[in-house]
Amino acid sequence: MTGLSFQQIFWQHFRKNYLALAGAGLVLCLFVVALLAPYLAPYDPNMINVKIILELPSSQHLFGTDELGRDVLSRMIYGSRISLFVGFVAVGIASLIGVFLGAISGYYGGWVDNLIMRGVDIMLTFPSFFLILAVIAFVGPSIWNIMVVIGVTGWMGICRLVRAQFLSLKEREFVVAARSQGAKDLRIIFRHLLPNAMAPVLVSASLGVAGAILLESALSFLGIGVQPPTPTWGNILTAGKDNIEIAWWLSLYPGLAIFLTVMGYNLLGEGIRDSLDPRLKI
Amino acid sequence: MMVPLLLGITLISFTVIHLAPGEPTGLATELNPRVTAEVRERLRVFYGLDKPLHEQYFRWLVRIVKLDFGRSFSPDRRLVIDKILERLPITVSLNVLSLLLIILIALPLGVLSATHQDTWLDRSTSLFVFIGFATPTFWAALLLMILFGVNLGWLPISGLRSLNFDSLTPFWQAVDLLKHIVLPVTLSALTSLAGLSRYMRSSMLEEIRQDYVTTARAKGLGERVVVYKHALRNALLPVITVLGLSLPALIGGSVIFESIFAINGMGKLFFDSVLSRDYPVVMGVLVMGAFLTLLGNLLADISYAWSDPRIRYD
Repeated sequence: MTGLSFQQIFWQHFRKNYLALAGAGLVLCLFVVALLAPYLAPYDPNMINVKIILELPSSQHLFGTDELGRDVLSRMIYGSRISLFVGFVAVGIASLIGVFLGAISGYYGGWVDNLIMRGVDIMLTFPSFFLILAVIAFVGPSIWNIMVVIGVTGWMGICRLVRAQFLSLKEREFVVAARSQGAKDLRIIFRHLLPNAMAPVLVSASLGVAGAILLESALSFLGIGVQPPTPTWGNILTAGKDNIEIAWWLSLYPGLAIFLTVMGYNLLGEGIRDSLDPRLKI
Repeated sequence: MMVPLLLGITLISFTVIHLAPGEPTGLATELNPRVTAEVRERLRVFYGLDKPLHEQYFRWLVRIVKLDFGRSFSPDRRLVIDKILERLPITVSLNVLSLLLIILIALPLGVLSATHQDTWLDRSTSLFVFIGFATPTFWAALLLMILFGVNLGWLPISGLRSLNFDSLTPFWQAVDLLKHIVLPVTLSALTSLAGLSRYMRSSMLEEIRQDYVTTARAKGLGERVVVYKHALRNALLPVITVLGLSLPALIGGSVIFESIFAINGMGKLFFDSVLSRDYPVVMGVLVMGAFLTLLGNLLADISYAWSDPRIRYD
């Protein structure tokens, strides 16, 4: 074994994994589109023009126009911002809760662990889509509520992962050494254990962003997500469903965007996992 | 194990009610013009809003145990439990069909791609799994509706029965029903199907590498016996648990598919109640959905114990 750092080993594996690189490329594209939306969009996404309602894709409007004569491509470009934003914030919330509870659970064990794990079991028993819808019914649909609700109902997987990592890490020599030097619990948890447990969290978060984007688009599609006129991929699809017999382009393109984005995050997440621990690859 | 879970479920549901800003009755009456002062008063009594929180929870729990979810806010003012029970069979049967489809396709697919690792079969399964994971199922539903319903005209795109259902012979009635459910059932199975076949594959791969499989081969047993009698039985065990865990997603998906395909099941009831802010029904379906999942998990546990003689529940 030559003196390669962890990052170097990781990168060696990652750059040979073409699927993972493709995933990273897709995610990067999405970032660029979302950041440069005002420059890339050919039209104002909210400009209504009753003269061109539900027009077929053409050289003027590449992805056609919707039921109010708005340019679908422009709305999709702006919609990417919502997907990206919701995905990141929701997963951020879920990761914070999951890492915190998982760390406590794995480190302290005993009744604390028992309590938290029963909580995980209970949360997993709810069809999360029902839970999300019920909460939205009570607090009302808005982009913030949706991000919080998706986050609060999605932390269980990360919690279990971090707990499992902590259980195996906390008996290792470096932890014992830290403790023998008089390090306090909090220092051991955050300085010594957590950095070593973060790799699977990263993978899980990447896959989680994909899940959150799917959820948000499903909610918007059902009309209880981000509310119009804010363009989202999900609510363009709603228009597609309402005009299913005449306007196929409203259904095709936004879904394709969701598909590619989710695919990108999934490939990236799996690629990171395989490169972090090549032995795990099956 | 079941009792704390049930208590937890009711506790979370109870918390959800109290998420609403102000009193649940206040919000309901503000936003729902159909709610009269009389209903508001009845609701106050129903939730016991004058009592302290823990007492409210206890009173509510006693009602839930008796399956008393109160009456719907909608004009028909029917008992919530009646509304749920009349929709439940449709949702349960569609989900059972999806589950059967998942098992019938995912298990063989997973086993075959494990035994034929790195062949075209394995590769196309992996491709299918990736596509299945990334496809928003409601989008796939829309596209297939456009293709088979609108363009080709082969399949109906809403409801469970055609208008002329009653005038058909039993055989054609069955065909009619089948044509209505084929898209919703297949599509609601898609995501779990992808997940399970992938899981089955890795579980099988892990078993095939075990020593006892080598031993079985060394004894001169045929490949068939080794794979299907020795390895498969052990590989199935973790898959049963995963199947149980995929139930909430399946039941939750009912909301989407029943809304898209206009099927009057529990999912559509839930969705309509969310839109019209019919809180008693929302709460009722939420609790029932969790009960259903719990029941499914219990069945998974039982079949786990049944297929693995090492496990004994006392």
